[in-house]
This record gives sequence, structure tokens and C-alpha cells, in this order.
Amino acid sequence: MKLFLHLGRYFLMIQKTFGKFTKWKMLKNLIFREIDDLIISSIGIVSFLSFFVGGVIAIQTAINIDNPLLPTYLIGFTTRQSMILEFSPTFISVIMAGKVGSYITSSIGTMRVTEQIDALEVMGVNTYNYLIFPKIIALTLFPFLITISMALGIFGGYIASINGGFASHSDFIEGLQLDFIPFHIFYAFIKTFIFAILLATIPSYHGYFMKGGALGVGKASTTSFIWTSVAIIIANSLITNLLLT
Amino acid sequence: MIKIENILKSFGDSIILKKISTIFEKGKTNLIIGQSGSGKTVLIKCILGLIKIDQGKIQFEKSFLYSMGQKERAKLRQDIGMVFQGSALFDSMTVEENVIFPMKMFTNKPKDEIVERANIAIRRVNLINSNNKLPSELSGGMKKRVAIARAIVMNPKYLFCDEPNSGLDPKTSIIIDNLIQEITKEYNITTVINSHDMNSVMEIGEKIIFLENGSKKWEGTNKEIFKTENQSVTKFVYSSELYKKIRKVYLNEQDNN
Repeated sequence: MKLFLHLGRYFLMIQKTFGKFTKWKMLKNLIFREIDDLIISSIGIVSFLSFFVGGVIAIQTAINIDNPLLPTYLIGFTTRQSMILEFSPTFISVIMAGKVGSYITSSIGTMRVTEQIDALEVMGVNTYNYLIFPKIIALTLFPFLITISMALGIFGGYIASINGGFASHSDFIEGLQLDFIPFHIFYAFIKTFIFAILLATIPSYHGYFMKGGALGVGKASTTSFIWTSVAIIIANSLITNLLLT
Repeated sequence: MIKIENILKSFGDSIILKKISTIFEKGKTNLIIGQSGSGKTVLIKCILGLIKIDQGKIQFEKSFLYSMGQKERAKLRQDIGMVFQGSALFDSMTVEENVIFPMKMFTNKPKDEIVERANIAIRRVNLINSNNKLPSELSGGMKKRVAIARAIVMNPKYLFCDEPNSGLDPKTSIIIDNLIQEITKEYNITTVINSHDMNSVMEIGEKIIFLENGSKKWEGTNKEIFKTENQSVTKFVYSSELYKKIRKVYLNEQDNN
């Protein structure tokens, strides 16, 4: 029963987020600030993770294809498929549920604890729109981050393959181009967009409706990470079933 | 003027406010006093519409809070200033930005005029050379002053203060109390203060309502509170030896006069 209460409140929150709009002049500044806090500040960690995970995928693939009948261009092929289909859209999103999600929950939660949300409400501000809408808009740029992740992951795989002597430049490039289905990119971006909405709204929900003091903020951040990850994995499974099978 | 009638509010099985009625008068500092957990903050939040009441009526001048349309309620909100217990300043904004915020949000006035009005409010609460400071760089008393400046910058008709003295030293408490009273007179607004600070009660309580376990047990002025024989009030207000003596001296003086 509690799950339905949370679901109902979550969807009402989304409805209210698109209710009475904050003045554009103020909203614009908030959106730019959120883009900086949520997207720009994540470029470093996403780049680092993607580059090295791409490299590891390439090395793991090379080590496991010890049969001489299997061509080395499979290293490029596997790296591309792994990065585009799963690692960049799904696992970077789960990682972002930790980084961005915790930030969103704790920042809104702290505003709740210190009565800043009450202060906004007394003034007549639609707090849902003021606090959550800029985060949703900022996270619509999440596919941009995922594009960087895909590119750097594949580049990491290339560097690892060449440096480790697992594949030649031409073999890796051949693997990259082999059986390329442009729809997979489209599929990855659809997933990313849906994950971005989940990343903006679920942590906001946990921050907005949190109870208790400073300890409550910590608990809300943890709960928010768990539920955002769960929602991303479930959504991933549903989207994959719908689009790829 | 704010009139409340038979306000009933419960959370689950526990009734927090039990049919409270009173009138908060214009141009006066109206105090709600009572022990921690007596329902003071819930009552203020109900009047502000932050918590929905189960029963009763809340009337601002001639308009009833729960019969208002969204537009009317939004307009009412702009007539309300609120000073929260922890000041509730926006962490990421400077003092000036905090005070400017309501005007920026709800008016289309030119920037110069907004800044000028904010500075008038900041000067009114005696804050000097602090415009560019962040809330984290301010003392408790200064934060309260900024919160008061933010609350009055839109020239509100109603000012609510939730324990404005909590966490402040006695001297700063008196300064904040006097500031609130001066502003109430100067702007001719209806001020409702939630407090359990006895100095505030004695100094600025032009109208006092006493809550106990969610019920209104007494209503009167700071003069009447010295004379009352109401057991609940005397137990609460004169719980310390110092205040018992003060009361004795006050009553003796009254008899001598």
C-alpha cells in the first residue's frame, strides 16, 4: 500500500512541477546553474570512467578470444557494442544516480530541513516548479554526457588494444565498423533520455518529501540512490524488450 | 486582522490543535505562547496554509483562506512576511540577494528600484556592510535581521515570526523584539509571533494567547498576564523563581498605585 502512496505522490509532484511557472528571468538562471552543477561538473568523472572501462573491455575481450580462428577485429566490435548498448547509457546512469542523485536529494532535503522550502511556499512560489523543473531541463542534456562517454570508451578500447598489441589499428577500426546498426545509437539515446527524467525526478521526490533532520538527509540520499538505480534497471529492461526484441 | 475559528488539526490519532479560536489584531504584536509541543508552530503553519486544517475557518480581513481561488491566494501570499525559527535564508544567495528575492520573483520593477528598496529594508533592520555576505558568514542575530528585512521588503500586511529569539543572547533577543514591535507600528501590520521567551511576553505581548496540549487556555495582554490566576498560565510563565519575584514586585507596585 505504501508503494502506491509513494507512486501517487510522485506523479502528483511531476504534475505540479509543470503547474504554475516561475518567472522566466529567474528560471533561466536556475537552469544554467543546474546545467553547471549536474552536467558540466560530471564530465570529468564520466570521461575517466568511460575511458578506462572501454580499455578494460578491449583487454578482457582480447584475452578471452585465444582461439586463432576468431578474428581480432572482434575487440573493436565488442568494445563498440558494450559501450553503446549498455555501459554508457545504463551504467553511467546508475553511477550518476550516486553522484547527481545524491546531490539533488541532499540539496532539496537540506532546504526542507532548514525551512527554505516553507519560506518559498509562504512567498507563493510553486516550489515544485522552482526546484525540480530546472533539474529536469538540465538533465535533458544528459545524452550529451553519454555521447562523450561512448566516444571516450571506444577511444580507451582503441588505446588499450594498440598499446597492448592485441589488435592493429586497421583491425580495431574494421571491428568498429562491422555490422553497425544506426538504430542502436537511437535506442541508446532513447534510454538515456528516459533515465535522465528518472535521475531528475526520483532524487527530487526523496529530497522534497524527506522527514527528520540532518540524519534524515543522509538516509533520504541513500534511499534515493537505491530507488533511482532500481528504476533505471527496470526501465532498461522494459525499453530493451520493447525496442530490440 | 486575522480571525481563526474552531481550528482542528490532527496527525493520525493525535489531535494537535483542539478547536482554537481567536482574533489577531492589526497594528499589534500578537503572541502565541506555550510549552514545546503545545501546537504553536502547527497553528502558525495552519494559518499560513502550509498545513491543511481538518476543521475550522481562517479569515484574513474579509477573505476566507480555504474559499479563496488560486489567484486570490497567490495575492494573499505576497501580503505575508514570515520570519522562520532558523531564519530560512537561501544558502547560495548573499544578504542582498535574499532580500531582493521576493521582489525579483513577484514584481516587474526595474533592477535599480528593487536594489534601492532592498537596501531600505536592510538599513531598517540596522545591518551595515553586510550586503555581499553569505548567510554562513553571519551571526544568529544578523541572520534574523536579514530574515526580517526579507519579510518586510514587500510591505506586507501580515508578519509571522516563529520563535524569533531562539538561539539568541538576551541582549540580541531584546533588540530583535523591539525591532519587530517598531516595524509592526510603523507599517501598521498584523504581527503574529510564536514564542516561549518570557522576555518577549513581558516586553511586546500586546495580545497573548496561551496554548496547552493543543487547546487555548488563556487570552489577554502582557499587563493581564501578571494578574491572571489561571493555573496553566501561571505554572508556565512563572515557572522560574525570578519571574515569580518579578510578578510579586509588579503586583505590589500596582497595589501601591
